[in-house]
Amino acid sequence: MQDLLFVLLILTGFVFLGSGRMQFGIRTVALQGILLGLIPLLGNLQDLWARLTALAVLSLAIKGMVLPYFLTRAMHKSKALHEDNPFVGFTASMVVGIICLGGSFWIASRLPFIDSSQPKMAVAVSLFIVLVGFFVIISRRKALSQVLGYLVMENGVYIFGVAFAVDVPWLVELGVLLDVFVAVFVMGIVIFHISKSFDHIDTDQLSSLTG
Amino acid sequence: MLNLPSLIPFLIALGTAPLLLGVIQRTKAITAGRQGQPILQPYFDLSKLLRKGAVYSRTTTWVFRAGPLLSLAGLGTALLMVPWGSVPATIAFSGDFVLVLYLLALGRFFTIAAALDTGSSFEGMGASREALFAALTEPIVFAVLITLVRLTGEMSLTNMYQQMSLILRSASGAALILLIVIMFVILLTENSRIPVDDPTTHLELTMIHEVMVLDHGGPDLAFILYGSALKLWIFSALLAGLILPVYTGNLLLDGLAFLSGMFGISVAVGVVESVMARLRLLLVPHMLIGTTAIAAVCIYLTLG
Repeated sequence: MQDLLFVLLILTGFVFLGSGRMQFGIRTVALQGILLGLIPLLGNLQDLWARLTALAVLSLAIKGMVLPYFLTRAMHKSKALHEDNPFVGFTASMVVGIICLGGSFWIASRLPFIDSSQPKMAVAVSLFIVLVGFFVIISRRKALSQVLGYLVMENGVYIFGVAFAVDVPWLVELGVLLDVFVAVFVMGIVIFHISKSFDHIDTDQLSSLTG
Repeated sequence: MLNLPSLIPFLIALGTAPLLLGVIQRTKAITAGRQGQPILQPYFDLSKLLRKGAVYSRTTTWVFRAGPLLSLAGLGTALLMVPWGSVPATIAFSGDFVLVLYLLALGRFFTIAAALDTGSSFEGMGASREALFAALTEPIVFAVLITLVRLTGEMSLTNMYQQMSLILRSASGAALILLIVIMFVILLTENSRIPVDDPTTHLELTMIHEVMVLDHGGPDLAFILYGSALKLWIFSALLAGLILPVYTGNLLLDGLAFLSGMFGISVAVGVVESVMARLRLLLVPHMLIGTTAIAAVCIYLTLG
């Protein structure tokens, strides 16, 4: 069952790489957040079920509902409905994604495992999702796309966390969620202000600003 | 290796392949609220074309005349190696799937060469598009078959598809669902069905496959039409074996299950053609690269 979730996560990664519509991208990231929330519930719960369930519900609420809501608002306010002219095209992005996927599986197959009961696929998937996030941050122009890329990257880190570190302190997990929440909140405000002062949110133009 | 009873599925396939086209047409007609042409219309077309004479332009060479023949020959030979789901194919040997794919590619090569031989700029455009889409679908088909090889541990199509029912019971269900989706996209692309190409279009600028055969007439056109029916049969057969992984051991039952799968796929193609618009030409490579991505996921899944 967990394998199916990991496959779906990989597919959301590709959908994210291949689409230029902001609304669609936001929904993809929200779906990714919901899938992430389900991973710990389908795994080996053992005696930690209360903690894991609380974490899953929290992450579902924040990543699947609150953040998409903020981002949709930022999108409408900055009128950035579409990524018009990315540095790397959408089809080429998917080719890069295929290469990243291969690289992630290769690295994951070479990592030594202490405990063989852990899902091997989780490492590959989390690396892949992190790489997708990175790639979107460097290859898109609009600030909103870059925020989405940041979120995807964080999702990748989270996959690694839920799949492996059952013993990560509860406080750390909550801290990460809070950080992401605040970061997206702040970035939403920044996007709004950039678009208010410059009529657009193309970040590559920021370098021409001089004091 | 070759015995007479094993020729029966091959002969039935040769006979019923045009019926698939008829079923697709009829499904489209019914969905659109029309009565539609007779379900045997492709046979009438073929017999009419075969009774006609052919006209050849003086600018063409032997390449133009050889195109339809070689293309049909390649498809017919490939059909010998395609199993009916779990019913074995006439010929099976280790690695036959590579030969099947390259026989199809050979047929396509001669269709493209014949189109270029006419010297028509429209046909050259169609040939270029056909070559582009073929180059994009080939790695996907190989990825699908490599995944099947990894899942079943068999190297010939017949053995692979006999093991299919076992895969279903194993943990690779996710991979099988992805493979079915991919094969359906491949089926639509390779047979120039609607989201990719419209087989009924008559506007040269938007045609892909059809534009290449504009200059063929009479028996040559019949060969091409029959060849496209065989190609539809081959890809539907590869898909039907994935959708209905039935293996009862009773050849008759397996064969019937397979045939029902084949006509089910034709109905599905007809429905897709009725409800979907054609993709913009530039979006087709995008869709195919996306399919390649899914195929790559399948391969990596089986490596684990």
